[in-house]
Amino acid sequence: MNALLEKHADEIQVILAKYPADKAGKRSAVMPLLYLIQHDQGYITKEAIREIAELCEITDTEVASIIGFYSLYYDQPSGKYRVQVCTDLPCALRGAEDFLEKLCENLGIKVGETTPDGIIKVEAVMCLAGCDKAPMFQVQGPEGLEYHENQTVDSALEVINKLRQG
Amino acid sequence: MTNMAEHILLRHRDIPGLDQIQTYRQNGGFEAWKKIVTKMDPNDVTTEVKASGLRGRGGAGFPTGLKWSFIDGQNWPHYVVANADESEPGTFKDREIMESNPYQFLEGVAICAYAVKAMDAYIYLRGEFWQIAHKLDNCIAEMNAAGVLGEKLFGTNFSLHLQTHLGAGAYICGEETALLESIEGKLGQPRLRPPFPPAFGIYGKPTIVNNVETLTNLPLIISRGADWYKSIGTEKSPGPKIFSLSGCVNRPGNYELPLGTTFRELIFDHGRGIPEGRKIKAIMPAGASSSMIIANDEALATPMDYESVPKIGAQLGSASVIVIDDSVSLPWLLNKTIHFFTHESCGKCTPCRDGTYWMMHLTERISKGEGTMNDVMLLQDVANQLKGKCLCALGEFSIEAVLTGIERFPADFEAVTAKSNS
Repeated sequence: MNALLEKHADEIQVILAKYPADKAGKRSAVMPLLYLIQHDQGYITKEAIREIAELCEITDTEVASIIGFYSLYYDQPSGKYRVQVCTDLPCALRGAEDFLEKLCENLGIKVGETTPDGIIKVEAVMCLAGCDKAPMFQVQGPEGLEYHENQTVDSALEVINKLRQG
Repeated sequence: MTNMAEHILLRHRDIPGLDQIQTYRQNGGFEAWKKIVTKMDPNDVTTEVKASGLRGRGGAGFPTGLKWSFIDGQNWPHYVVANADESEPGTFKDREIMESNPYQFLEGVAICAYAVKAMDAYIYLRGEFWQIAHKLDNCIAEMNAAGVLGEKLFGTNFSLHLQTHLGAGAYICGEETALLESIEGKLGQPRLRPPFPPAFGIYGKPTIVNNVETLTNLPLIISRGADWYKSIGTEKSPGPKIFSLSGCVNRPGNYELPLGTTFRELIFDHGRGIPEGRKIKAIMPAGASSSMIIANDEALATPMDYESVPKIGAQLGSASVIVIDDSVSLPWLLNKTIHFFTHESCGKCTPCRDGTYWMMHLTERISKGEGTMNDVMLLQDVANQLKGKCLCALGEFSIEAVLTGIERFPADFEAVTAKSNS
C-alpha cells in the first residue's frame, strides 16, 4: 500500500502529468515528489523514500542518491525554519560575513547550529542570485521558501522573531 | 551616458503591471506569437533569428538561430528547455525578468518551440526560485485560459504545453547536459559530448536549451524584425544585454544597455563608482568564473561585448560584473571563489573533484597568511593541471580567477606570504 499516493493523490497526478507517460517520464517526477513530502513533513523519511521509489519505478538507492546530491533536500529533521545566509563573493563584498557572525552572536548560536527552542537553524549557503541586495538570506520552512533582502542584523532578528511566534 | 531609449528586456521598468496578462496584451503581447503560428513557416522563424545576430546570453554567446538549425529532424518528438537555473555568483538578471516581465519570457519560449517544432517545453528553475516557479505556473495557466497555449492554437494544428521543473540547489545544473539529466530525475552530472542536446537531449530526444534572457529577446525580434534588432549593440554582438552589477560599487543592480557599452560607463556612470572614496582594483566580468581584469584605463575603456573582452584577457560570459576595490585582498577572494566551486563540483570527473578540493586547501592556507610562495606556485600548478581536462565548464572556469589573479596581482600574494617565507 502506498500511503503517499493515498494522501496526495491529486497532487501526484498533477506532477506525473507534467512528464511523458512512459517509464522515463515517471522517473522525472522524483524531484517534485521529494518537494511534496518535504513541504509536508519537513524532511524525507525512509518510508517516503520507499514510496517515491515505487511511484517513480526506480530503486530506493536511486531516490536516496538524489537527496544526497541536491542541497535543498534533507533526510534528517532540523530546526523548523532554516535561515540561509549567502556569503559568496558578491555578498561578502557587501558585508555578508560580518552580518552572519553578528546575527548568530545575537541568537547565541554558531553558524550551522539550531536555537535551543529548535525553531531556527542558521546556515551559510552559496549564491542565491540576490547579489545586489546583500546582505540577504532565504528562509526554508513548512510554507515554502522566501527571500529576505537588503537586511540588517536588526531587520533579520525581526524576521526571526516573527517566525518564532508564528 | 547611454541610456536605452526604451527597455527591450526589462520592459516592466517602462510599463508598470506588465506581469499581468491584460497589460501585456495591451502592449502588443503575444502578437509575435500569433503571427508566427498563423503566418510563418518554422524555418523562416529560425532564419529571422539568425539574421538578427542574437547570441546566447547564458554565457557562451553562441548564435541562437544557428543552434536551432542543428536540431535533428529525423528524431521525434522535439523539446525546448529554458535554462532558468541562474546560479553564477554575481548573476541575478533572469530572476528580474521572470519576476516582473514573465509573459515576454514565456512568449519567447513559445516562439523557440514553434521554430524547432517542439510541442512540449520545460522551464528549469533553480530550487531557490520556488516562488518564481509558482508565479510562472500561474502565468502559464492564464495563457492556457486565454488560448495562447494548449491544443490547436489559433485554429491551426500546432499545440504547445509549457511546464516548470524545479532544481534543488546545484549550480552544476546550469550546465545544459547536467540540467537535462536533472529533468530526467537523475543526479545533475554533465554528459560526455558529443552528442549535443540538439541531437540527443531530454529522454534522448532532440532538445534546444536556451537561457531566459536569450528567449526574452525573441518576441520583439519577431515583431520589429532583425534589422531593428541589429541597430542596437555592435556589429558582431548585436542587441541589448542585462549587466548584473555587484560588489564594491555604490549602485549595484541590473542595467540593460547595448552590448559594447564600456566598463567605465557601467561602473562609474550607472553604478555611481566605488564606495567611500576607495579605488577600483579589479573587475570580474563573468561572475566567479571570470578572469581577473586589472581595472586600468585600457580595461575601463573596453566595450563589453563578446569580441572586445577577450582582448583584455577575459570573457564576457553572462555579464555578471563584480567590482573589486583596493580594500580587497586577492588571496581572500580566490578562497571565496574556490570554496564555491569545490562545494558545487558534481564529483563526476577527477580533475575537477580533486583539483578544486586541493585548490581550496591551498587558498585557505595562503589567505590566512600561513602559506609561502611555494604554496602559491603549487596552487598555480594544480590549476594548470585542471586546464583542458575537465568534463565541463565548471572545472575549466574554476581556475580562471586563480591563474589570472596570481599572474596579474603578484603583490597581493607576496604581501600575504611575506611572514611565512622568512
